[in-house]
Amino acid sequence: MSFLLFQGSLVVYLLATAAYLVFFLSQKNPLRRTGRTIFLAAFLLHTGNIIARAVETGHTPITSHHETVSFFAWSVGCCYLSFRWRYTVKNLGVFVSALVLALMVVAALSSRAIIPLPPALQSWWLPVHASVILFADGFLALACIGGIMYLLQERTIKKKRFGLFYTRLPSLEALDKLNHHCLSIGFPLFTLGLITGSLWAKQAWGAYWHWDPKETWSLITWFVYAAAVHQRFTVGWRGRRVAILSIIGFLAVLFTLWGVSFLLEGVHSYVS
Amino acid sequence: MSRDTIVLLGVNHKTTPLAVREKLALAGGYEDPLRALGQIEDLREFYLLSTCNRVEVLFTCTDVDRAQRRVLELLFARTITAEELDRYVYRYVNSQAVTHLFQVAASLDSMIVGEAQILGQLKEAYRHATKMGSSGFVLNKLLHKSFSVAKRVRTETRIGAQAVSISYAAVELARKIFGDLAGKKVMLVGAGEMAELAAEHLVGQGVAEVVVANRTLQRAINLARCYNGRAVSLEELLGQLQVVDILISSTGAPDLILHKEDVRPVMRERRNRPLFFIDIAVPRDLDPAINDLDNVYLYDIDDLHNVVEMNKSERDKEAVKALRIVAEEQFKFDKWLANMASTPTIVQLRARIERQIRAEVEKTMGRFEEMDEARRQDLEKMVAAITGKVAYPPLHYLKNDNHCIGLQDRIKTIRELYLLDHHDNGGET
Repeated sequence: MSFLLFQGSLVVYLLATAAYLVFFLSQKNPLRRTGRTIFLAAFLLHTGNIIARAVETGHTPITSHHETVSFFAWSVGCCYLSFRWRYTVKNLGVFVSALVLALMVVAALSSRAIIPLPPALQSWWLPVHASVILFADGFLALACIGGIMYLLQERTIKKKRFGLFYTRLPSLEALDKLNHHCLSIGFPLFTLGLITGSLWAKQAWGAYWHWDPKETWSLITWFVYAAAVHQRFTVGWRGRRVAILSIIGFLAVLFTLWGVSFLLEGVHSYVS
Repeated sequence: MSRDTIVLLGVNHKTTPLAVREKLALAGGYEDPLRALGQIEDLREFYLLSTCNRVEVLFTCTDVDRAQRRVLELLFARTITAEELDRYVYRYVNSQAVTHLFQVAASLDSMIVGEAQILGQLKEAYRHATKMGSSGFVLNKLLHKSFSVAKRVRTETRIGAQAVSISYAAVELARKIFGDLAGKKVMLVGAGEMAELAAEHLVGQGVAEVVVANRTLQRAINLARCYNGRAVSLEELLGQLQVVDILISSTGAPDLILHKEDVRPVMRERRNRPLFFIDIAVPRDLDPAINDLDNVYLYDIDDLHNVVEMNKSERDKEAVKALRIVAEEQFKFDKWLANMASTPTIVQLRARIERQIRAEVEKTMGRFEEMDEARRQDLEKMVAAITGKVAYPPLHYLKNDNHCIGLQDRIKTIRELYLLDHHDNGGET
């Protein structure tokens, strides 16, 4: 059942991305509405998939690689929709749907086997810690997308070469606001995720901090974002520099998510 | 018997330099000049429009030359010389005047083609004219028509939607940098036509404040008044940079007035809020290296030209379409006016026929006043019916389009055939 829903949402995400892409190139407004509707439908299917998966496995489905990446994609969608509900950022959906689709493809390619949870992980800390971290990652992903869009648009205006992006991307101000919004939600959530993880570690393994690679890289990520947020809110950094920091930070997030799991060994490795 | 002539006199940004326009602009509102125009008995209907870019008076009269002379004396002659009057004031008559008014209303004659502000100003001017009772049958129709022409142009073409000029391109860039322009502050350095144009456009986009800096403060004050802004001296430029968001520079200075090193510390003070510099001066006022600073964007006149070029073909197409609409509407209005011209003839003709029938009836039946009521009503009905029947062929000839004979000629024929201009032969009363 969850598998069917997963496949369904994957296909519908694909359609949404295609619709958005065609809209991005042709700039025909009805297509944007179509894209948005399809994206929402995919998101609902995806939500159904996560619930079904939770019922099938009997725990929050954020343990295997497949589940984690799928949940990550879902949280990106969630953050986007929450943002969309408050502000409109022109054509953000195009980029978001592409990222969500990419994550979903990664999830589809990894093993969907359900693995029973080892006793150490059987705790209510699991949903709290993992979902908080992944929601933080969702907002940070949006900040990164905003950063990329900002750099594209800023380059266009600075270099005075008006190509594909000038009319299609939103104003620099709107992108900077997006960054501000995402950092000011994503960073506290990320901090909260680190704290809950550390408390859980104390409970499960007896120490707050193990210096295992995932923890170390999370800390590095945290420092990157702390720098961005600090510069933004005290020195008044904005625009290009914060955009670049947001992109670096998100690369650190991705490395924490994947690089660490596959390249380095540690207690956080997925149950496999 | 000819109808009144429609005359339009005025100056605008195309014909007249700012310095002269400033003097002609009606600073004190519409009421006094309208009342003064009312004193000229040559004018039948009139209305007056005054904006930063134009002063125009539109009136109908019978003796064009005399009316024109008196209007010019009243409105303009006090401030400028006769020679300047000749050079700057344009004069349009009848269908030319109609076309011009339509083009103004549709914003085809504006500094920034397609800007929407002018229609509001036109309506405001018309409101004053109606309040003073100075507009009549013809001008009411004409002005209402001009509003609907403007609306048609706006809805049927995309003249207002594209970057139609340099200033528009600048505004579009500003919107890509700042998003919403409401609440942003603009500074004009130097008061050239181009700067003015861009400022006007930005004001149309709802910027919060316009600051004008100029070498001569008086000039700055004059221009600032146009936009409800404030004037500062050129020495205050650096201090103002912390407050404003968009700076448009167009001074005649031979050297750069602002260097990269001047701007760098300002950005710290501004906490990196973006600054948009537009340099439309030739030679340039602003150091091109300013563009290298983070969150600072500098465009000079050539850069803006390139932006405009991207939209040019589109703009031309829309302008042609808009002019076609104006021509169409002007044609319709001319027809309406022409038909107006036949109205007095029709009235006279019917009156004349009716009078003759009535005279013959009275000769046979006795005077109408002395008949009893029922009989009189019957006869009145009969007189009206015969009048209608007899008048039908000439009226048909007048009203229906005839490609070989123009309306004026047809009116003349009818008037001659029915002796309408023969006073001693039972003609008009």
